Amino acid sequence: MGEATVSPSVAALRTRFGGAILRHQVSCGDTIVYVPAARAHEILAWLKDDPGQRFNYLTDITAVEYRDAERPLEVVWQLRSLARKADLRLKVELDKTAPLVVDSVFDLWKGADWLEREVFDMFGISFTGHPDLRRILMWETYAEGFPLRKDFPLRGHFSRAEQTRQALAANPEAHYSLEELSIAAAYDELPADMKDRLAHGERGRVK
Amino acid sequence: MGLTQPEGEAGTEVSSMSPNWVTTRLDALANWSRANSLWPMPFGTACCAIEFMATAASRYDLARFGMERMSFSPRQADVLICAGRLPFKLAPVIRKVWDQMMQPKWAISMGACASSGGIFDTYTMVQGIDTIIPVDVYVPGCPPRPEGLIYGIQLLQKKIKGESFLDPDLRQEHMVGPEGLFLPARKIDEVSEPFGNSVHQTRSA
Repeated sequence: MGEATVSPSVAALRTRFGGAILRHQVSCGDTIVYVPAARAHEILAWLKDDPGQRFNYLTDITAVEYRDAERPLEVVWQLRSLARKADLRLKVELDKTAPLVVDSVFDLWKGADWLEREVFDMFGISFTGHPDLRRILMWETYAEGFPLRKDFPLRGHFSRAEQTRQALAANPEAHYSLEELSIAAAYDELPADMKDRLAHGERGRVK
Repeated sequence: MGLTQPEGEAGTEVSSMSPNWVTTRLDALANWSRANSLWPMPFGTACCAIEFMATAASRYDLARFGMERMSFSPRQADVLICAGRLPFKLAPVIRKVWDQMMQPKWAISMGACASSGGIFDTYTMVQGIDTIIPVDVYVPGCPPRPEGLIYGIQLLQKKIKGESFLDPDLRQEHMVGPEGLFLPARKIDEVSEPFGNSVHQTRSA
């Protein structure tokens, strides 16, 4: 991989943030930038709003735990600029011995809501500032831990009988009630522009 | 309006052609009618459901066996067909569906995953739906072809035709017990042990 394939965003990031850009690498044609956890939100906000970057679409948030126990956990943000047709991957390394916490980017991209909930559910990484951080794939009373962590046994921590007992004791309707799913009930809490769209329909506005 | 008897034709009297009564055992009559008018409750969770749809569609035509009508309400269903893998998250759901079905009722476990967990020997998967509800017929396969499911259904029909009102256990409801389990814990652990191509690992691995 030559230097030519490095995203031009890296140079812009180094100019703007200097030492906060720890290192970068190119993997399979994709540019990966490593930043400190404390600066991640600030850098992501700049990447989204800077007129030269315009990474307005958050493709995915995920995390990686490597087989090698000494390697840190990584949180990954995959960004895309729909206007510039450009991609960039941002990574943060988290020390496994410290609390696993990063800032939520829900305030930048609303789509981060469920992505961060999934990372929390599977890896146990907390996102500060997330409005509703709870499990999303596993049920909310799930007590065995975080399944995609390397110290999690494939069959789970509990015996099959205990897993079955807890599953049968679960009451799915208590957590996913009809009220929660009803748009009509939530109408009063919707933002004004969405109320307007629901009232008039969007069809006339699409050009 | 209406039909009128044509002049000079007396019509055919049924009673002159065949007796209009028969004798039979009540068992045989009830079982015959039950076996040939099973209404399935399809509980399709995965790829087996595609084969189940193929079974119900015109080429294999489940209607030939009295299953013309899928019952999407458990209260009107006779046989629950679990087509696909069952995660623990769905275990209380299938249990509730089963409890809502009225007697007489039967269950078919379709495919390897529903019957044993299949390749999914993982933290999310019920290792056989018989740890959640009682099962009458297991259909092996991954997924079973429609012929396989039809064979399983015919086995169930055979079983139904052999039932007797005198059997005191026949219509007994097997509810979730006070310890919160349908089967004894020891039994669930035993049937959920790794086997065959399952990952061989200890619990601490």
